[in-house]
Amino acid sequence: MALLSKKDSRLILDPLADNNPITIQVLGICSALAITAQLKASIVMAISVIAVLGIGNVVISLMRNVIPSKIRIIVQLVVVAALVIIVDQVLKAFAYSLSKELSVFIGLIITNCIIMGRFEAFALGNGPWRSFLDGIGNAAGYGVILIIVGFFRELLGSGTLLGIQVLGDPISKTGLYAIGYENNGFMLLSPMALIIVGLIIWVQRAQNKDLIEE
Amino acid sequence: MGLKQNLHKLKEKYKGTKMAPAFNALHTFLYTPNETTHSGSHVRAADDLKRTMNTVIMALVPCLIFGIFNAGYQHYAAIDATLRLDPLGNFFTWDNFILGAWTVLPLVIVSYLVGLGVEFIFAVIKGHEVEEGYLVTGMLVPLIVPIDIPLWMLTVAVIFGVVIGKEVFGGTGMNILNPALTIRAFLFFAYPTWMSGDKVWVHGAKEMAGQPDAISGETILGSLAQNHEPIYSIWDSFWGFIPGSVGETSTFLILIGAAFLIFTKVGSWRIMLSAVIGAIVMGLIFNGVVDQGWIQQGSSFYGLMSETFWHHLVIGGLAFGIVYMATDPVTASQTNKGKWIYGFFIGFISVLIRVFNPAYPEGVMLAILLMNVFAPTIDHYVLKGNIKKRLKRLKAKTA
Repeated sequence: MALLSKKDSRLILDPLADNNPITIQVLGICSALAITAQLKASIVMAISVIAVLGIGNVVISLMRNVIPSKIRIIVQLVVVAALVIIVDQVLKAFAYSLSKELSVFIGLIITNCIIMGRFEAFALGNGPWRSFLDGIGNAAGYGVILIIVGFFRELLGSGTLLGIQVLGDPISKTGLYAIGYENNGFMLLSPMALIIVGLIIWVQRAQNKDLIEE
Repeated sequence: MGLKQNLHKLKEKYKGTKMAPAFNALHTFLYTPNETTHSGSHVRAADDLKRTMNTVIMALVPCLIFGIFNAGYQHYAAIDATLRLDPLGNFFTWDNFILGAWTVLPLVIVSYLVGLGVEFIFAVIKGHEVEEGYLVTGMLVPLIVPIDIPLWMLTVAVIFGVVIGKEVFGGTGMNILNPALTIRAFLFFAYPTWMSGDKVWVHGAKEMAGQPDAISGETILGSLAQNHEPIYSIWDSFWGFIPGSVGETSTFLILIGAAFLIFTKVGSWRIMLSAVIGAIVMGLIFNGVVDQGWIQQGSSFYGLMSETFWHHLVIGGLAFGIVYMATDPVTASQTNKGKWIYGFFIGFISVLIRVFNPAYPEGVMLAILLMNVFAPTIDHYVLKGNIKKRLKRLKAKTA
């Protein structure tokens, strides 16, 4: 017996590509621009959002029949805020320098439109197991883009990956820097993240013509 | 059988194949195409896109030639300052020309090869004809970069500028931003150490930095931003014997180019005039602030603010930007009223950025890019205003 039924596995796989929250639904762009200058920060952000959205979707799904629909947004906010604070505290306890680097952006997960969007669109109408899969899938789809953008921005902007100098040392001029290569400072600015996201969208739609809107 | 017939024959052979657009581009670049329109009405006019582009290139050639001599002159004058005592006598020399050609021509060649290469690839993939849009951009790019910019950086920037600045919007005629300035802006933000400071404007200055025979070439804007008195007279900057980007130093030649563009009706005189007015107004405001004593001598803005208002027109790249890039018919406003507004703000904002942000000494690049973005909005409101006016007139008539 397969671990997941076909319908369930689609919940995880669809948002990774053909229904990606960033490149297709164009949600969660703000944090994709803000924290992707370093690969490490992108990975941590991806994991944090996966945790928040996975658990949050389950919680909302469990409560879906008791939440009065008039105040559901407030209830959703309380759930996200509680989860985000937990993630923030965990980061502060176990990865202090990273949490400094991400500064307010962990707190701003609360405002990430993907999370409220999934609560509204999926968790309020589906059972906890399916909501969990949907949360993990969407957050992972978000994380994949973050990591791709972070990879290119750190590699081309700082010449490092996860803080390791992969292209040589720019100060003592080794590796690529010996032949005149220089880091691209534009990569570290947010507009370049937007352009990379745009390029990903371009490549994706060129691969899959069904995604092109009229 | 001449080259022309050979090309015509080859064209027939390639018709319908994947490489046809690339081949047709080469053909139309060299000769007038041998096909005529077969249906519909015919408007007979000689000024097609190719001729428009060539007119601008002709207007740019004096700047390019001057830039070649200037590249050599600045290098030798930085080493031997006595040359500056007689700029005219020491300017048009073989030494200057050879060194200048050696450094400037590679920029031109790389700009054209890479830019046209990208256009060819896009034309072949998308199956449309290659447009002539890059011909002017390719000439502008080497004229607005510092002389020693590494060629690989130029390559990266040109690919970026042509793809992101133009092709993603649908190619020539559809772009929002001026591609040449997109390329320069990319270089400016990506490799700031090669695009600003006092070491990039003179050939060899960066390599020799830190050595006993180090040379430097602070631009006028650069020295003013640091409250230094520039070493060049205003006439030097009018004739162009000053360090700067390759082809933008000589206001005199730019004026000749402007006259040529206006005479051939390729460039809009409204944009040029209103941009000059805008720059003068902003300059006068700053001069007024200084005269009123509202700003202290020690302030970091004092140097640029106290510069006589009309000097702004001859120093830096303002004149070049106004004449050759603000007037780009694709990215500028289309309506006549819009052109006045668009031009005015280019001049106005250029001087504003110059004075208030010494980190961006050349405000004209950012001002034109900003107004490029606003141009459609300006046109929209000009059109709406016109419609309103006409409705009012109609009402007055019928009432």
